[in-house]
Amino acid sequence: MTATLAAPAALPMGKALNAALRRAMEDDAKVVLLGEDIGKLGGVFRITDGLQKDFGPNRVIDTPLAESGIVGTAVGLAMRGYRPVVEIQFDGFIYPAFDQIVSQVAKLHYRTGGNVKMPITIRVPYGGGIGAVEHHSESPEGYFAQTAGLRVVSCSNAADANMMLRQAIASDDPVLFFEPKRRYWQKGDVDVTASIEDAYPLHRARVLREGVDATVLAYGPLVATALQAADIAAGEGRSLEVIDLRSLSPLDMDTIAASVRKTGRLVITHEAATFMGIGAEIAARVQDQCFYSLEAPVQRVGGFTVPYPPAKLEEYFLPDADRILDAVDRTLIGPA
Amino acid sequence: MNTAYFTTGDELIQIVAPDGARSEPSEFSESVADISTDKLCDLYEDLVVVRRIDAEATALQRQGELGLWAPLLGQEAAQVGSARALRSDDFVFGSYREHGVAYCRGVDPTQMLRFWRGSTQSGWDPYRYNMTTPAIIVGSQALHATGYGLGMKFDGVEGAVITYFGDGATSQGDISEAFGFAASFEAPVVFFCQNNQWAISEPVALQTHTSIAERGRGFGVPALRVDGNDVLAVLAATRTALMRAREGSGPTLIEAVTYRMGPHTTSDDPTRYRPAGLDDEWRAKDPIDRIERLLEREGVMDETLRGRVAERADDTAADLRRGCLGTVEPAPMSLFDNVYADPHPLIDEEREAYAAYRAGFEGVQS
Repeated sequence: MTATLAAPAALPMGKALNAALRRAMEDDAKVVLLGEDIGKLGGVFRITDGLQKDFGPNRVIDTPLAESGIVGTAVGLAMRGYRPVVEIQFDGFIYPAFDQIVSQVAKLHYRTGGNVKMPITIRVPYGGGIGAVEHHSESPEGYFAQTAGLRVVSCSNAADANMMLRQAIASDDPVLFFEPKRRYWQKGDVDVTASIEDAYPLHRARVLREGVDATVLAYGPLVATALQAADIAAGEGRSLEVIDLRSLSPLDMDTIAASVRKTGRLVITHEAATFMGIGAEIAARVQDQCFYSLEAPVQRVGGFTVPYPPAKLEEYFLPDADRILDAVDRTLIGPA
Repeated sequence: MNTAYFTTGDELIQIVAPDGARSEPSEFSESVADISTDKLCDLYEDLVVVRRIDAEATALQRQGELGLWAPLLGQEAAQVGSARALRSDDFVFGSYREHGVAYCRGVDPTQMLRFWRGSTQSGWDPYRYNMTTPAIIVGSQALHATGYGLGMKFDGVEGAVITYFGDGATSQGDISEAFGFAASFEAPVVFFCQNNQWAISEPVALQTHTSIAERGRGFGVPALRVDGNDVLAVLAATRTALMRAREGSGPTLIEAVTYRMGPHTTSDDPTRYRPAGLDDEWRAKDPIDRIERLLEREGVMDETLRGRVAERADDTAADLRRGCLGTVEPAPMSLFDNVYADPHPLIDEEREAYAAYRAGFEGVQS
């Protein structure tokens, strides 16, 4: 059915996600995909390319254009013993499904005292940086991270995209899987034959670059930006530690706290607005757990508290290496 | 209030008139030809017992034993008639008023009450009775039914799914989406709308300017409009819809025209919005009076039957009351149970911290 790739191969993130879906469907006949345009077209980002041809229309299901309908139908399939993987076409289209996600997907296991499981993965291409029209560049992860019963993760590179998606699908809990769409074409080495049993835990953060002067914490699309900032800082004689958070709920506070205790300084960055965002929760937990190790106030670099702007303004809205480094300066030398 | 359209569009399927007289034979009366006198008596018993459960639960709420109850008074025939058409391997997705359906599925009435008492979010295991526990978000369950039905179709089983909702729910997007999805996928689903004329205070005229049956047809979902207070007509219509589902012909909508004789819930006061005359009009169409008249006409109603059924109802009510008063309330630390299927560090952290906090007090239950 599928050509086995020699492992590891350099794949763009989009193809790594495609390989993960293929593998999950081969391994478990109960895995079904639902979404808009995911069949013949292969999805607007081609993440499901070729899957309907190989697995048939009963496993790769093109749905009517109704997000609540897609997620609600997935709930029923899960109750029947299926393991649905839902594609929400764009971040800004998830809101019609919000009720089904937070009132049903998140709560059914609790409501039924554990009798009903919701092994649903909801894939969401998210974030900006692609010059899109309104509602195609949002970062709604915070809404879901605040909802008990959901797990929320975001990949930043091709290898993680592949394994984290397989882990999310294998999870008996619902997982919101946020894919940084502007990184879909970024290549990385992916071992598509890797065993899921030996994989790095889904909900653990990863230190991508070690450093001693300050910690920069990022996830999804901004991990590459944080690494770029660390490169620039190194040229200026500063050693930044970069952590890829990977999991937004639950949070891997052990990895974060260990880094902060070492560097004494923390900058958190995400595209979502800082106000009431993921970074606010992390900052609160860091001051609670690392109060006596902190040398400076925790800094956040995120989107402004404005609706996502038109494409010609997004370069001013999105955090970039300069804004991250500006925050690093504040932690090292105090406010300007 | 505009009630004109109640009778426009299509004929109401009826087998027994309010005076107990059987109507002219039809394809629908044919489909319940197997309902013998004995089975008719069983249906009569179901209706009376279900009404008694409802009355006892309402009383328990008034006495402070339940936080809330959603009475089904007046809708007994719609629920019993449809539920008795089901096989045990069919799956039911209810709203929150389907106590009569739950009774027919074999759910212990005490289990039904635990939810309304606030002791649990779910009184029973859905897989034990093939029926979900109350869905409070109006209309949400119709999509779950559609997905479950789609799964049945993929599995190649001959089962069917029935989902219950009210006239108010038909305004929810989820109901429209469920009609569209089920029609498109030819899912084996029976959409059973109990049009009880009222969504709390809002008359059905506010929800729709066509019949509810007509709304299904707009999605390509064939619809039947049935006298919801005629238990035989409801049974017949549901059997017809289930047969369509089982033979792979896809979804059917049933609009069971009935009336909510009581309040929306025990917190509601219908005298604020509903003319008493309308209640009287519907009281004349009472589903239990109707089957009693039918049984009288057929010469089987006597004091023995009446007494047997009343005794069964009273016994059920007594069990219910005993069960309710004997409820073992959940332990405080069960707060943290079953949020996730797999271990979760945040839940563990909060559970441990709260347990440690509670341990600081003397004589506190863990």
